[in-house]
Amino acid sequence: MTEEHKHCHIKEGKLALPYQYFAGRVGSKFIVSLRDKKKILGVKCEKCGKVFIPPRKTCERCFENISENWVELSNEGEVTNFTVVRTDDKHHPRKAPYVLAMIKLGGADTPITHILEGVEPDSVKIGMKVKAVFADKAVNTMLQIDRFEPVK
Amino acid sequence: MKKHKKNRNVAIIGIGQTHHSSHREDVNQPEMIHEAVELALKDAGIGIEDVDALVHGNMELFEMVHQPDLWHVIGTGGYGKACYRVTTGGTTGATIVGVGDNIVASGLHDIVMIIGFEKQQEGHTTGGITNMADPLWARNLQTGALTGATAAKTIKEFGEDRAKRAAMRLRVTLDKHAALNPHAHRSFGLDYDQIDDLMANSPQLVGELRLIHMCSQSDGAVAIILACEEKAKKISKKPVWIRDHVTVHREETFNMFGINENQEVTHHNAARKLFGRNGITNPREYFDVFEMYDPSSWWGLDWLREFLQLEGDEHLKMVENDEVSINGSFPLNPSGGVISTNPIGATAALRVAEAALQVRGDAGAHQIPREVKHALASGFGGTFWTVLFMLEKDLDWQEAE
Repeated sequence: MTEEHKHCHIKEGKLALPYQYFAGRVGSKFIVSLRDKKKILGVKCEKCGKVFIPPRKTCERCFENISENWVELSNEGEVTNFTVVRTDDKHHPRKAPYVLAMIKLGGADTPITHILEGVEPDSVKIGMKVKAVFADKAVNTMLQIDRFEPVK
Repeated sequence: MKKHKKNRNVAIIGIGQTHHSSHREDVNQPEMIHEAVELALKDAGIGIEDVDALVHGNMELFEMVHQPDLWHVIGTGGYGKACYRVTTGGTTGATIVGVGDNIVASGLHDIVMIIGFEKQQEGHTTGGITNMADPLWARNLQTGALTGATAAKTIKEFGEDRAKRAAMRLRVTLDKHAALNPHAHRSFGLDYDQIDDLMANSPQLVGELRLIHMCSQSDGAVAIILACEEKAKKISKKPVWIRDHVTVHREETFNMFGINENQEVTHHNAARKLFGRNGITNPREYFDVFEMYDPSSWWGLDWLREFLQLEGDEHLKMVENDEVSINGSFPLNPSGGVISTNPIGATAALRVAEAALQVRGDAGAHQIPREVKHALASGFGGTFWTVLFMLEKDLDWQEAE
């Protein structure tokens, strides 16, 4: 500590940030389908043809209401990009090291980010075929898909 | 007529608002915002491709989402456009209209959409407000948005019965206005014969600030489309001109040094500046309607005096004589005001939107029953921010000097 920082008081603090998130009708249908049927749903914009996951009410490019255009996606897809998390933090869903991958499911135009397990971090490759493994109990978020694993 | 210098004229050409409620479980944030955006585009008769820039505003800590504008792009139509994010507390809604006014007037953009929203049921408003105070000096002492100070001050000045009666009469008047507004969050069907009962029995929050006096916590969004004169005249049959706006604020509310009671209130200062530079000597006469940001009936009552530069008990008389009712000589908040509907980031923008609807004659059941040529709209925020707008039906003040 330098002379000029002596006697400088610091107040330690902690904020509580309570919140709810209203998933809405579209988001709720997606989560319920994951939980109760183990089916991954997307929505298709009839104008530009894109299939979005997670689903959304509006195509942000075409500004069309696409909330009723549900399509069932494959539980399998391929890795389009990934990173290896090498630090531990209490907010992280797994102990380091673990892989976070961007996965484009069959039938979708947009990739989702999820945990990839069952493969050594150094062996993950872009283009790798992976499949969803669903959680055993109700989670009611995207972690209703517990993880992805390589297709054997 | 005297006028304030503006690089080019700016008009409101589109207005859209959601129904305001404390139950919007059916939509997430971008979906709720999209409802207002769609309505505003439809009202203006243009598509999202015609909009050059967006100005987005709310209070981040109220929903506990950092940079919500980023995930709202799905609903706002901001993809590929210039997007600004602004937050100034309760004033946010007015500040985003002010920013829109400035960037169109400057020549930077021709058509700008401003979007104000709040989804208060998702977060913790008092938690958010409390975190505004300095952690070393004041955070542990801060109690959120409730204060009984204005009630105490008004009672001291005008006597207990008269002050309490005037505040409650204003409350009932605005509840009657809210009943005419299909977008309003709350209207209870109150009537003047309930004043004594409410004065005695509405639960006390702080001192004589009672539950019935205080605004709601609402979910809702509003979108307003602004255009430069050239585009506005092409696109809109009923452009509403933003003649001028002013922002005044002071920051001492949440520090340790307190408020200097002898200092001019920001509302008074803002109105004095705005009226002065536009040659308005009798605002009560000049303006046909006033949409005021009234967080409580006590504030609404007291602020009438500040905004209208009134002396003595004139503001009380205006309420006692029903001048402020929708059929009166100076209608205040025909929409029902903040007291009925308060999706905070949208609230102050709703004042401008509702004032503009009055100028257009498109307010529906809560349209005041005579022509509106000149409208006043105010915003208010926690640190005594005031934003004050003058809206005009005609460009006739242009032939000034």
